[in-house]
Amino acid sequence: MNIKIPELSLILLVGASSAGKSSFAKKHFLGSEVISSDYCRFLVSDEENNMDATKDAFELLHYIVAKRLKRGKLVVVDATNAQADSRKSLLKIAKEYHAISVVITLHMPESLLIKRHEQRTDRPFDKQVIIQQRRQVRQSLKRLKREGFRYIYTLRTPEEVEAVQINREKLWNDKKEIAGPFDIIGDIHGCFDELQKLLKMLGYHIYEVQHEEQTYYDVIPPEGRKAIFLGDLVDRGPKSPQVLRLVMDMIKNNDAYCVPGNHDVKLLRKLSGKNVQIKHGLKETLEQLENCSEEFIEEVKVFLKKLVSHYVLDGGKLVVAHAGLREEMQGRASGTVRSFCLYGETTGEIDSFGLPVRYNWAKEYKGKAMVVYGHTPIPETEWLNNTINIDTGCVFGGALTALQYPEKRVVSVKAAETYCESARPFLLDTNDPETVQKPEIIQLSAQQEVDDLLDIKDVAGKKYIWTHHNRNVIIREEQAITALEAMSRFAINPKWLIYLPPTMSPSATSELPDYLEHPLEAFTYYRKRGLEQVICEEKHMGSRAVIVICKDIKAAQKRFGIQQDRFGICYTRTGRHFFKDTQLESTFLTKLRTALSKVGFWEEFDTDWFCFDCELLPWTAKAKALIEQQYAAVGAAAQHALTDVLPIIDQAKARGLEMDELSQFYQAKASAVEKYRNAYRAYCREVKDINDLKLAPFHILATEGQVHSDKDHLWHMTKIAELAKADPNLLLATPYKIIELRNERSVQEGVDWWLELTAKGGEGMVIKSFDFMSVQGESFWQPAMKCRGKEYLRIIYGVDYDNENNLKRLKKRGLNKKQGLALNEFLLGEEALQRFVKKQPLRLVHECVFGILALESEGVDPRL
Amino acid sequence: MLLTIKTYHHPATDIGFLLHKHPDKVQSFSITGGKVHVFYPEANEDSCTVAMLMELNSIDLVRKLKVPGSSSLLKHYINDRPYVASSFTSHAIAKVFSSALNGKCANRQDLLETPMSFDVKISVLKVRGGLPLLEKIFQPLGYIVSAEQHPLDENFEEWGSSPYYTVLLQTKSTKYLKALLTHLYVLLPVFDNEKHYWIGKNEADKLLQRGEGWLAQHPEKEWITRRYLKNFSSLSKYALKKMLDDEYEVIEEDVVALIEPEKVEKKQNLHQQRLNAALEKLKESKAKSVLDLGCGEGKLLRMLLKESQFERILGMDVSFKSLQRAKEKLYMDNMAPRQKARINLIQGALTYYDERLKDYDAAAVIEVIEHLELDRIPAFEKVLFEVAKPQTVVLTTPNAEYNVNYNFLQKDSFRHSDHRFEWTRAEFQDWTKHVCETYGYSVNIFPIGEETERIGAPSQMAVFSISQ
Repeated sequence: MNIKIPELSLILLVGASSAGKSSFAKKHFLGSEVISSDYCRFLVSDEENNMDATKDAFELLHYIVAKRLKRGKLVVVDATNAQADSRKSLLKIAKEYHAISVVITLHMPESLLIKRHEQRTDRPFDKQVIIQQRRQVRQSLKRLKREGFRYIYTLRTPEEVEAVQINREKLWNDKKEIAGPFDIIGDIHGCFDELQKLLKMLGYHIYEVQHEEQTYYDVIPPEGRKAIFLGDLVDRGPKSPQVLRLVMDMIKNNDAYCVPGNHDVKLLRKLSGKNVQIKHGLKETLEQLENCSEEFIEEVKVFLKKLVSHYVLDGGKLVVAHAGLREEMQGRASGTVRSFCLYGETTGEIDSFGLPVRYNWAKEYKGKAMVVYGHTPIPETEWLNNTINIDTGCVFGGALTALQYPEKRVVSVKAAETYCESARPFLLDTNDPETVQKPEIIQLSAQQEVDDLLDIKDVAGKKYIWTHHNRNVIIREEQAITALEAMSRFAINPKWLIYLPPTMSPSATSELPDYLEHPLEAFTYYRKRGLEQVICEEKHMGSRAVIVICKDIKAAQKRFGIQQDRFGICYTRTGRHFFKDTQLESTFLTKLRTALSKVGFWEEFDTDWFCFDCELLPWTAKAKALIEQQYAAVGAAAQHALTDVLPIIDQAKARGLEMDELSQFYQAKASAVEKYRNAYRAYCREVKDINDLKLAPFHILATEGQVHSDKDHLWHMTKIAELAKADPNLLLATPYKIIELRNERSVQEGVDWWLELTAKGGEGMVIKSFDFMSVQGESFWQPAMKCRGKEYLRIIYGVDYDNENNLKRLKKRGLNKKQGLALNEFLLGEEALQRFVKKQPLRLVHECVFGILALESEGVDPRL
Repeated sequence: MLLTIKTYHHPATDIGFLLHKHPDKVQSFSITGGKVHVFYPEANEDSCTVAMLMELNSIDLVRKLKVPGSSSLLKHYINDRPYVASSFTSHAIAKVFSSALNGKCANRQDLLETPMSFDVKISVLKVRGGLPLLEKIFQPLGYIVSAEQHPLDENFEEWGSSPYYTVLLQTKSTKYLKALLTHLYVLLPVFDNEKHYWIGKNEADKLLQRGEGWLAQHPEKEWITRRYLKNFSSLSKYALKKMLDDEYEVIEEDVVALIEPEKVEKKQNLHQQRLNAALEKLKESKAKSVLDLGCGEGKLLRMLLKESQFERILGMDVSFKSLQRAKEKLYMDNMAPRQKARINLIQGALTYYDERLKDYDAAAVIEVIEHLELDRIPAFEKVLFEVAKPQTVVLTTPNAEYNVNYNFLQKDSFRHSDHRFEWTRAEFQDWTKHVCETYGYSVNIFPIGEETERIGAPSQMAVFSISQ
C-alpha cells in the first residue's frame, strides 16, 4: 500500500500492544520523528511500563509534539491511541499548529497479537489487556473520519504492513524552489482593461487568440518573470470573465500563480450550486457569465477549486496570500489557515458602514518572510513590518497595483472609472477640507505609528543578532538587563537613535621601555593581517557625539516619524542628549545645516538627512563635571598634600636625618603631579556659547538610501574637509596621514607624526584600516585602534603611571575582551544603519542599538 | 597624606617615648596599599614635631582592595586616596602608634598620666561642609580649628573651590596623647564618608572601644557614628544603643544630615502618606489584581501583600538592583508558597510594550512619571492606558508649586536630581484630562500632604478609572 503523508503532519499510530507499531515507526521514520508513550514513561519514571506515570508521560508527549509541530516538523505518536479521548487531545494540538492529521491503524488479528505477546518478556500484563485494546481499536476505526482526521489508513495483516510504502509529499503551498522574479498583482475585480494596461507596463506582451469561437490570451512575460495574482479576480467590475480567461491562460502556460480571494471562493460556491447571497458585486459577475459557454464555466470551476490558499516562495523569503498571513500559519494547511488567507482577521465588531472591523495583523508581524497581500482597499500602498497591501481599490476608482519582487518596486495603473462605490470610503476626498491633510502636519506612516511603541520582548533576554556580514552577535541576558535601564531611563527617543558608536581598543601594549602605547604596534597589527594601507587620524580630545540632522522639521517628521519641532539631534555615545541646553543645540545644528546647504550636500547626496559620527570639542563641553569632580579634584588634593611634604623633608634633612631617598621620591612625585595637572588642563576651555564649540566629524555614516561604509576613509576625510570649509569656525577637518605598511619610510613618517602630535599635548591618533569595513569574507580585524600619547595617558592611568615599577605592571593588560567588543559593536552599529536605510521596522534597528548598549555594560578595564 | 603632631611639652622630645619612635630615626612601615614613614622634622626640648607621611600606591589600591561594599571612588583609577586623610590614616595610626593609641608606655609610665598641648596639621582632609563642620566635630573635644580650603585648579578660577582642606587643630588645654590619637583615629574617616574595607559588626565594636569615654558625650555622636559606619543604619543603631546603655531609642528615618543639606523632602513621612493614600484608593477600587509600576525596593508591595483583597500582585521596576533589594526586603526566598503565589517581580521599562502587564484590575504608579523624559510620556501613556489598561490607575507626582517651601532647593531645580520635570497642579490636571479623552478614562485628583494656601500640597495623586 502506498501511504501519502504531507510533510507537516501529526501521525497517530493506532493499535493494540504487540501490533508492531514501534517496528513500523522505526522502519519508516527518523528516530527524532517518533515519540512513544513508553519512552515518555521511561523518561519520567525510569520504567517503560509504569502505569502510574501515564499522566505525566502523556503531558511530556504532548509537549514534545507541540514543540515539533511549532517548528514545522513531522511527528509520529507511537501509543495505542485506542481511546477517543487520547486522540482528541492530539488532534487539538495538530489543529493549533495547522498540521495535517494522519492515522495509521495496525489492526492485526487477535491470535497474532496474543502469540507475539506471549513471546515477549518486557510486557508484564495479562493477554486480556491486549484483547480489550484490540476491541477498542476496532470500534475506533469507524469513528476516525468523524473525529476529524484528514488521512486514514488501516493495515490488517502483517503482509500489508510489510508492503507499505510511505510517500512524503510537499504541501501545495510550498513553492520555495521558485525564486522569481515576480510581478505580484493586487485585487482586479473584473477590471480587465486596467489589468492589460498594467501587464503591458510591466513588459508583458498580450496577444488575443481565437480558437473554436473562443477568445484566449497568449501572454508573454519579460524574460524570466512570472506573475502572481492575489485573488479577487471577479465581482463588481465590468469584465470578470475576461480576467478569469487571461489568468487561467497564463497559469496553463506556467507563467503565473494565483491565490484565491473571498470573492473567487464565493463565486465557486455559487457555480457549484450552493446557496449564496447575490451581494457585493456577485450579481455583475453572474450576468457577465451568462454569455459564456458551459465549457468555460466548467473550466472556471475546476480552476477555482484547485487554487491553493497561499504560497511560500523564494526559499521562504516571500509569502503571498489574498488577505495576508501570520507567521505561524505560513506554509501550513488547515481550515483556519485557509480562512485567514481569504478573509483576514476581524475583531468581531461592526463599523459604522456595517462592515466587519478588520484586525490589522500586520501591525504585530515579526516574521522573516515578506508578505504581499490585498483584500482591503487602501489609498496608497505602504510597507509595514515587511508586509505590504497592494489592493489600491481599482474597482472603486483607485488604481490597480503590482509589486515587483525582489525589486520592491510598486507599479500602478489608475482606474479608468469608478465601477463601484465603496461602502466604506477609502480614498481621500480632495475637495473635502476635513480630510485633506494639512500641509504642516505630517501624518505618521503606519510603520511609524507601530514604531511608536517597541516591544520589550524584542530587547529583553538573551539575543542573537544577525548581521549582514554573516556574523551573529550574542547579547547575554545580564547585559540586556543593564541596557534596559540605561536605555529607558537616559536615552533619547529610539526613533532618533539609529546608531551608536562602537568602543575602540588601544593598540597592543608597546614593547618599548618608556611607552604603554606606540603606533608601531598598530601598524604591525594591520600588516600581519595582510593590509597594505592604514589611515592615521588625529585624535581630538573632546567627547564623542552622533548627529542626526535633517533638511527641515518636515523632513525629520517624515523620515524619522517624530512629531516634534526639531530637525535634528546630537547625542552621546550612550544615546543621551549631548546638550542640556536645547537652545544651544538648536543653534549648533542650525549652523551645521547651513554648512551642509552651502556645500550643496543635500543635492549631492540626494538626501533629506545625514548621520555623522563626530568628536565635539572641547572636552569641558560635556565632561566638565567629571573633570571637576575627578581629574581636577585629585590634582588639587595631590598638589596641596605635597606642598607641605617637601619643606618638612628638608627640615628633617637639615637635622641630619637620612632623607635622600624620600626626598627624591617626593620630588619626582611633585613633578609628576605637575605634569598630570598640565595634561588635563590642556584640554579644558571654558564654553560660554556656540563660538567655543568645535565639531570634528570623522564619518559620514549614512544618508537616504545609503550607508557609506562602502567608501574608504580617505573619501570620508575628503568630503568632511569639503564641508568644514563652509564653516571653519564650527567645523574642524581632522588632519590625517595615509601610511603604506610595507614602506619603512612611510611607517616612520607615521611614528614621527604621532610623536609630534603628542609632544604638543595632543591626545594621540586613531589608526584605521583604509577601508571602512573591517570584515571581508571570513577574515576580520579591528576597524580602528587608538594610540594615545604618553602625557595623555597620565590622565587615564594616574599621576605616576610611568614610574618604572608601575609601568611594568600596567603593561600586563589584556586586550582580547576589549577587541571583541569593539568589533561586535562596530558590526552592530553598521547593521543598525543598514536596517534603517532599508526602512526596516524600528524594532530591528533598535535591536542593534540596544545590543551595543548592552555590550557596553560588560565589565572591561575602563582605562583601555 | 601628611600628618604632623607638634608638642610644646617640656621636654618636648618626651613624645618620642610615648610614640615609641626615636626622634633621630627615619622609620618606614608597610600598611595596606602602601607605606608609612615616620620621622621628626624638629626635635628639641622646646618643641618637637613628629611627621607621619603616608604613601599609598593608587594602582595597588585598585588592584588589591576589591572589597565588597567598597565605595565607588576606589573603583576609579584616578583617586585621591593617597593624598587625603581617610580610613587609611586611621589604619596607619593604629599600626605605627599602636602602643600610644592603646595607652601603653612600658618605659615611661609617668608620661601616660601627663597631659600635653599639641598642634596637629593634616594635609589634606576632604570635608564637604567646610570649617563649620570641622568646628562642630572638633570644638566639643577641646580643639581650636583652623582650615585652609584649596581651589580646584588655580588656572581655572571659575571652577571654584575643591573640597580639600589643610587643617590645623590646636589643643585649647592640655590633653593626653592617647586621647588625641583616639580622636584622630575615629574622626578623620568620618569627613569624606569613604571606607576602604568591609563594614561589619566588629567595626561597630571598634568604634565603641575607641570612642569610650568621649563619644557618648559628643553632641554630634549620632552623625559621627553613622558616618563612621558608612550609614549602615542597623550597625549605627547597634552602636548607639550600646554606647548609651541601651536607653537610646532610635526613631526610624530621623536621619537629618548635619551640615550637608541633602535633597530630602522635609517631611520624612510624606512618602509614607503617599503610599497610604494610594493603598486606600486601590482597596476602594475592589481590585483583586494590582500592578506596582516602578515598585523600587518594594515598600508598597509589602503593604499590598498584607491586604488579602489583592490576590495577584506584580511589581515592576527598571532597576534590577532595586528589584533584588525588594526581593530581600520582602523575604521572597523564604516566603510561604501561598504568599509567593500572589506576588511576582519583573524587570521592565514603562516605555516598552509589555504584554505581561495585561489583565490586572489596578495599577499604582507612585512617583514614577517625573523620572521619564517628557517626550517619552506618550509611549508611557500607551503602555499603561492602552496596553495594560487596568480598570483603576493610581498615579502620584510632585506638585512643583510646593517647591517654594523647600529652602534647600534652588530656583527652578527639582526635588530629585533624576527628575526630568515637575508639574504644577494645572499642568498635571491638563495631562490627566488628555489621558481621559484619549483612552476613555475618568479621573479624580487628590492632594497628598499638608496643603498650603495658594500652592497646594507637596504631592498630587490622580485616580483614573475606565469610563463606563
